[in-house]
Amino acid sequence: MSFDLDSISTAWQASEALRSGKVSSAALTQAVLERLRALEPRLNAFLAILDDEALAAAARYDENRSAFASPLAGVPGAIKDNMCLIGAPNTCGSKILAGWKPPYNATVVNAILDAGGVILGKTNLDEFAMGSSTENSAFKVTSNPWDFSRVPGGSSGGSAAAVAAGAAFWALGSDTGGSIRQPAAFCGLVGLKPTYGRVSRYGLVAYASSLDQIGPLTRDVRDAALVMNLLAAHDPLDSTSWPEPAPDYTKSLVNDVSGMTIGVPKEFFGQGVEEDVASAVWAAIRLLEQKGARVKEISMPNVEYALPVYYIIAPAEASSNLARYDGVRYGHRTEMQCDHVAMFEQTRAEGFGAEVKQRIMIGTYALSAGYYDAYYLKAQQVRTLLRRDFDAAFETCDLLITPTAPTTAFRIGERSSDPFQMKLSDVCTIPVNLAGIPGMSVPCGFSNGLPVGMQLLGPAFGEETLFRAAYTFEQSTDYHLARPDLRPCGESH
Amino acid sequence: MKLSVEEVSNVAVLARLALAEEEKQRLTGHLNEIIEHFSRLQELDTADVEPTDRVLPVVNVYREDEARPGLPREAVLAGAPEASDCAFIVPRVVDTADGK
Repeated sequence: MSFDLDSISTAWQASEALRSGKVSSAALTQAVLERLRALEPRLNAFLAILDDEALAAAARYDENRSAFASPLAGVPGAIKDNMCLIGAPNTCGSKILAGWKPPYNATVVNAILDAGGVILGKTNLDEFAMGSSTENSAFKVTSNPWDFSRVPGGSSGGSAAAVAAGAAFWALGSDTGGSIRQPAAFCGLVGLKPTYGRVSRYGLVAYASSLDQIGPLTRDVRDAALVMNLLAAHDPLDSTSWPEPAPDYTKSLVNDVSGMTIGVPKEFFGQGVEEDVASAVWAAIRLLEQKGARVKEISMPNVEYALPVYYIIAPAEASSNLARYDGVRYGHRTEMQCDHVAMFEQTRAEGFGAEVKQRIMIGTYALSAGYYDAYYLKAQQVRTLLRRDFDAAFETCDLLITPTAPTTAFRIGERSSDPFQMKLSDVCTIPVNLAGIPGMSVPCGFSNGLPVGMQLLGPAFGEETLFRAAYTFEQSTDYHLARPDLRPCGESH
Repeated sequence: MKLSVEEVSNVAVLARLALAEEEKQRLTGHLNEIIEHFSRLQELDTADVEPTDRVLPVVNVYREDEARPGLPREAVLAGAPEASDCAFIVPRVVDTADGK
């Protein structure tokens, strides 16, 4: 069976090729694995490539196609290396978990495997998902396929780079402060952070439990809906999982926004937002207006406090979650011969990288006796004010549109020495996790050859509105069809 | 409010992190920068504002009290740095009178 991999670009096209009998999942998976291996030395997107497991899953689908109803059955994709998959290493980009293999599957992993999905490998990330560039992995620095000298964004940078380069048809990321949406914007992809509680966190290694959500990174809106149809479900194993059944998101792929009210909060277009980014996002808003939406400029005064709130709450939760890495139950233990307390301290000193240690220290300090009210409690109260801003906005608006990130992808190394500059790249995405609402990044333009993303925000469980607006935009534009030139330097163009 | 190197050392004890002297110095500077940013929150009057610790109205999630199989012991112990066939092995925690 011969086929042209270049003729298949999205997960739904792969699905159509499989279902029409043009190609088997085994041949498709083999071809994608070959492309992935050829790209990986430059891309550095993967921490584990699971050839045998992927080909076995493909064979299971090929042998019994009728058993699998999901359109994503047989379609190869990738998962971020903080989601547990039995038999594969789960490093979280950290030396402290190097070599550890989880004894159970994340609920989202079971959902994909049960549906006949094929998992090609586990993708690189900033250590424990703490970062915005994927430079902060203990193992490798991932490149952006649009310009290999630039970062793919982070922390789900490996997942974003893999999909943008065609080394996976879909990927899962996790998003605590923008870690799906910002890499989606930097790599020209659709990325969705669902409403908190819509997707199970069971088997996702915890960073900040009141903020973390798993979601898809894909080349277009239809693919995002297909992946979400697998992910969104109640899970008894996650007590924060939402009990109501999830809708069929493909039903929201409707080319119509007439009567919809779009709010444009001016605070998201403030300081630090590049002119090209702002004008691309405004052009997108105007396009939706032409398609029948009403546009309304609004103000959300507490948004400017989101960054300090996040940098108290997230490290506080992280300092508690990461207390479990003590050299007893999993991962690294120091070689040093010492008593048990010194063993914990030394193990953690050797296993964690600088950014993770810093956040553990901030969180421990913010939670410590005497400072709790001034920092942690205060941050939780301002979080309430921020949520009220969103509640008020959604009283008059169906969705909000903002830039996803203030800039396009920056150069590798450009911001790693200035942690505050790095954190500013999440200024538009962080408020969304604090409010628990869904946010989707959609490609809406280019600036100097680099993708620009706009962020669509809806009220809690308003994903269907986001899909509808994003699909309408996509049907009138071709930004989602642009592909990076992956030929190595020196080859003729 | 400025943190001293000594206070940072105390936080490191609470966090169970062994820090080298230069790491303590570097972190002290960095933590002070971050705390400076936190101080902006004091501009806001939050006297009557309820704190948000979760965003969804999901509370007291119960399940039936039915026995279910747990993870196989050997699968769990397989990931440990040191284990016997039934337990995680850790450095000695309790000293005995005769030192054994």
